[in-house]
Amino acid sequence: MSYAKNIADDKGLTGRMFLTGLLLVVLWVVLGAVLVAVGISYLLVIVILVGAMFAQYWFSDRIALYGMGGRLVTEQEAPKLHSMVDRLCSMADMPKPKVAIANTDIPNAFATGRSPKAAVVCVTTGIQGRLEDDELEAVLAHELSHVAHRDVAVMTIASSVGMLAGLLTRMALWSSMFMGDDNNGGGAVAELLIMLVSIVVYALSFVLTRALSRYRELAADRSGAILIGRPSLLASALVKVTGEMSRIPQKDLRKAEAFNAFFFTPAFNGKSGVSLANLFATHPSLEKRLAQLDELSREMGQA
Amino acid sequence: MGLLDILRGRTAPVAPKLDAIFALPSAAVTLETQAGLVTSGHAGVCWRPPAGQASAEVQDEVSKILELDREDPTTPALRAIEDDLGYRWLLVDGAEFDDLATRVHQVNTLLVENGWGPQLLCSVFGLAPAPGADTSAKKMWLVYLFKRGTFYPFCPDGESTRDNEAELRLRTTLGGDLPIEDDLGRWMALWGLPVG
Repeated sequence: MSYAKNIADDKGLTGRMFLTGLLLVVLWVVLGAVLVAVGISYLLVIVILVGAMFAQYWFSDRIALYGMGGRLVTEQEAPKLHSMVDRLCSMADMPKPKVAIANTDIPNAFATGRSPKAAVVCVTTGIQGRLEDDELEAVLAHELSHVAHRDVAVMTIASSVGMLAGLLTRMALWSSMFMGDDNNGGGAVAELLIMLVSIVVYALSFVLTRALSRYRELAADRSGAILIGRPSLLASALVKVTGEMSRIPQKDLRKAEAFNAFFFTPAFNGKSGVSLANLFATHPSLEKRLAQLDELSREMGQA
Repeated sequence: MGLLDILRGRTAPVAPKLDAIFALPSAAVTLETQAGLVTSGHAGVCWRPPAGQASAEVQDEVSKILELDREDPTTPALRAIEDDLGYRWLLVDGAEFDDLATRVHQVNTLLVENGWGPQLLCSVFGLAPAPGADTSAKKMWLVYLFKRGTFYPFCPDGESTRDNEAELRLRTTLGGDLPIEDDLGRWMALWGLPVG
């Protein structure tokens, strides 16, 4: 009986992830080409944007901790949590991240940081209270997989194209409102074109980054389940947490940016079979995640 | 982890390194003469058992092989204990580091042969004050990290506190004989060790 050797590569997952990434790169290129063609110097914008992105990436551990109200805990304060993280890291042969606890009843956990060496993994008191120890360990394994996969870097790069488009659109809007009178016809058309392209790029990149995010979640589920050797533990943790989470409004919809309203157009009507909620979700549906874990369990010969 | 793995979002299960454990018997002399420590006669292998019947079968198999060259027939050759984090400890006894290292290696090899290599966490060897040495010395353990192929000393002096000074002293003493883990962040605490 062996399990690690028998687990087949999930070619479908990898393929979809690559396709999403590829489309994002194509978007970058299209956007760059349009900028060059229009011939307007957006150097400053790009410098600022790259700076902001870099700061977000570099300080991601501190930003996320601050956002969640997490507090770093010492080994004396939380010996069991530290032991769980210690052992998982040792089995995965990765450096141990900082460990934090957020004092909130929302059952959640996250891991962030620019590299495995500068990462932090945080659990809420809500998730500690709701899950059994081995389920909590499965959640930690999932989060540590995000760290190992460098998802902060991947998602920062992926979402930057949307940020750039959003910024450019706003600048174009601003300049056409306040300086439009002085412009000749050609300039106005160019600005309109930028705005239009930016809107389209932003919309597409939004959907694509969400898709990428969902694939990365599935990948982290998979690696995490393999690490603890029991996919069923992660599945039961998901059922418990998702059941609780679904009653609590997700933050993601609110923090969506300037063109949030733009998406809720008849173009994405439910009739096509792709539901809006699925298209915009950062996480795959519970059914999809459970199905993957079931499949893993079977491959490991545990079901 | 390479760029390709990052892009694919995957981590390969890490295979354990087994052979560095045989550095232990050669460090026994240094341990006794310079640190005043000898083996406590106990060692253990810690691994994360998967669900299902398979892990019990492997354990039986390990047990049978160890029975063959057991010295003291009154005690079982292998005891298994589940700790409070859901990890299983397979405990073996032996008079010398030689025996212990050999037995621990047998257990490890069998687990790896059955495909559980990625599930191995660490091996632990108990240390005791040498006869005639300072008997007030604290209980210590040498932990072998499978995925790193390195050792580190562990010296708890309370429920969840440890004597770092004693650990660092032992690191200095053994540095020439054993591969000691460089990254202190990986010197994980193992509270409530079932190994004697």
